[in-house]
Amino acid sequence: MRQALVLAVALAAVVAVPWIAPIYHVLLMLPFMAYGVVLLGLNLLFGYTGLVSFGHALFIGLGAYTAAFLTGLFKVRALEVILLTAAVVAAVVAMPVAAFCVRYVKIYFGMLTLAFGMVFYTFLLKFYRLTGGDEGMPVARPFLLGRDLGDMPKIEYLAGPYYYYSLVVLIVAIAVMWRIVHSPFGLCLKTIRDNPAKAETLGISVPHYRWTAFVISAVYAGVGGALLATPTGNVDPTLAYWTHSGNLVFMTLLGGFASFFGPLVGAFVFIYLQDFVMSVVPYWRLVFGAILAALVIFAPGGLLGLFPRRRVIEAA
Amino acid sequence: MSALVSILMGGVFHASILFLVAAGLQVVFGVQKVFNLACGSFYALGAYFGVSAVQWYVAAGGPPAFFIVPLIAAGALIGVTGVIVERGLLSFVYERDETFQLLLTFAVVLMMEDAIRLTWGTAPVSTSGLYLVYGQARLAGAAVPVYNLIVIAASLVIALGIGWLLTRTAFGRIIRATADNREMAEALGVDMRRVYAKVFTLGTALGTLGGALVIPATAAMSEMGVELIVEAFAVVVIGGLGSMRGAFVGALVVGILRAVAISVYPELEMLIIYLIVITVLVFRPRGLFGGAAA
Repeated sequence: MRQALVLAVALAAVVAVPWIAPIYHVLLMLPFMAYGVVLLGLNLLFGYTGLVSFGHALFIGLGAYTAAFLTGLFKVRALEVILLTAAVVAAVVAMPVAAFCVRYVKIYFGMLTLAFGMVFYTFLLKFYRLTGGDEGMPVARPFLLGRDLGDMPKIEYLAGPYYYYSLVVLIVAIAVMWRIVHSPFGLCLKTIRDNPAKAETLGISVPHYRWTAFVISAVYAGVGGALLATPTGNVDPTLAYWTHSGNLVFMTLLGGFASFFGPLVGAFVFIYLQDFVMSVVPYWRLVFGAILAALVIFAPGGLLGLFPRRRVIEAA
Repeated sequence: MSALVSILMGGVFHASILFLVAAGLQVVFGVQKVFNLACGSFYALGAYFGVSAVQWYVAAGGPPAFFIVPLIAAGALIGVTGVIVERGLLSFVYERDETFQLLLTFAVVLMMEDAIRLTWGTAPVSTSGLYLVYGQARLAGAAVPVYNLIVIAASLVIALGIGWLLTRTAFGRIIRATADNREMAEALGVDMRRVYAKVFTLGTALGTLGGALVIPATAAMSEMGVELIVEAFAVVVIGGLGSMRGAFVGALVVGILRAVAISVYPELEMLIIYLIVITVLVFRPRGLFGGAAA
């Protein structure tokens, strides 16, 4: 009940932001919503299945470059088509990648995902003629629901229609993920996380479930990446760099990987805190590194873990 | 022929630096089971500190021919940061899941990158001109800087030194015992806190030394750490996590392949290394020299 109330207030606040908040803060909400989608997926793997990926930036990169290729090269401007294509591309790439990765757990899983991420990063960087190399590619403004909003000033477009479009995508992503983690499938994932050997004896095909969780999380990252590309207006290879993957895990940990909404809180706090710190000193990494270290040592449950109400079993 | 020799020698030079960093990664992983993402950051720290030491040395009027002495001293000395990181951060999370240990080293990566920017600025720094102070040697018609040969030799000496340390000394026996069975070693009276502090410092010093040694040949940049970690990572995966021989062979494979790829088909430079990493992980996940299950 209380959770529902908190959620309703949060939703109302997010809906109201474009009217009440300064434009600058409205625009900061866009990466938050995009990362929110990505992290919902990442946490299916991290919090619910117990696999820590250090390569999910690969799928953000795929989604973002899909948006760039479609709007630029192929003149496809409908955002619905772009998001759908990003999801499909991410899934298609994730299927073989996941098949390799889920054969391992823990550190080996992390290393293999990191290696795949860096393969894609290097590809983006080196195949200059196709991808624009380190300069990346521009992303043209997509049509929303078939409407060309090209005449709108960019800020108005982003803070208005695009904002609500992102919000709807995020809400749909939340609803779908909520269904997934509360389904028998989600229950199996948690069993695998807590005790893979027992899950196996119970007849759960552990690699198959891990593979499916990986592919779903990749689809989320792809969609989030495509959503992220428009406000940025330009995609470049650093989207796929391993430190970006590290930051994704950081955000998830920051909010709390043991709860459903933890990653969203993490994305929100990360983005606003980063913006604030950068406005004070240019050395945001120093501050964030210290925050991450403090989190790992003192509050591994993340921000939501600080409220011990209805403690969720900690993912070990 | 001479082109081939110079490519190979360039590769071996890079390999000897990579070996040092990877050896630091290996010893820490082997004993503490912590995959230290910050080993690249220590490498960058060693590089910057090395530049400062050499600049100070030159300004103080030291003969240029002996610049390698303050360089090596600086590289080894700054390794003490390892104690601080180990005692101040890592020692709190040994009982936790390895995910947290990994994330903690990632926190060090973030902090170190900006700490370096804060101390040395954002522009690259270098020990201008000292690289060729020892002249060039001619090997099968190719000109190879003598400094490179010195570094290769130094790296070999260090490799032998580590081998001696691990197999012939009491400390080495303790290290190997801890790597094999921590509980048993502890039960036999080994003070784990001291072992961990020493091992992590050794690992850090290898990284900083690698950074110091590379610096006359290139410029120190703040991104050099996060870039090197992925190469060092490739080395240990190819060689096998925790294995010193693996680090040695892996460094040679990565160093030479990279040198060849750069001169033959630059687009493939790092791509080919990652593809090898993936191939190794898929077909031989313990690496070429990997030991028991992780």
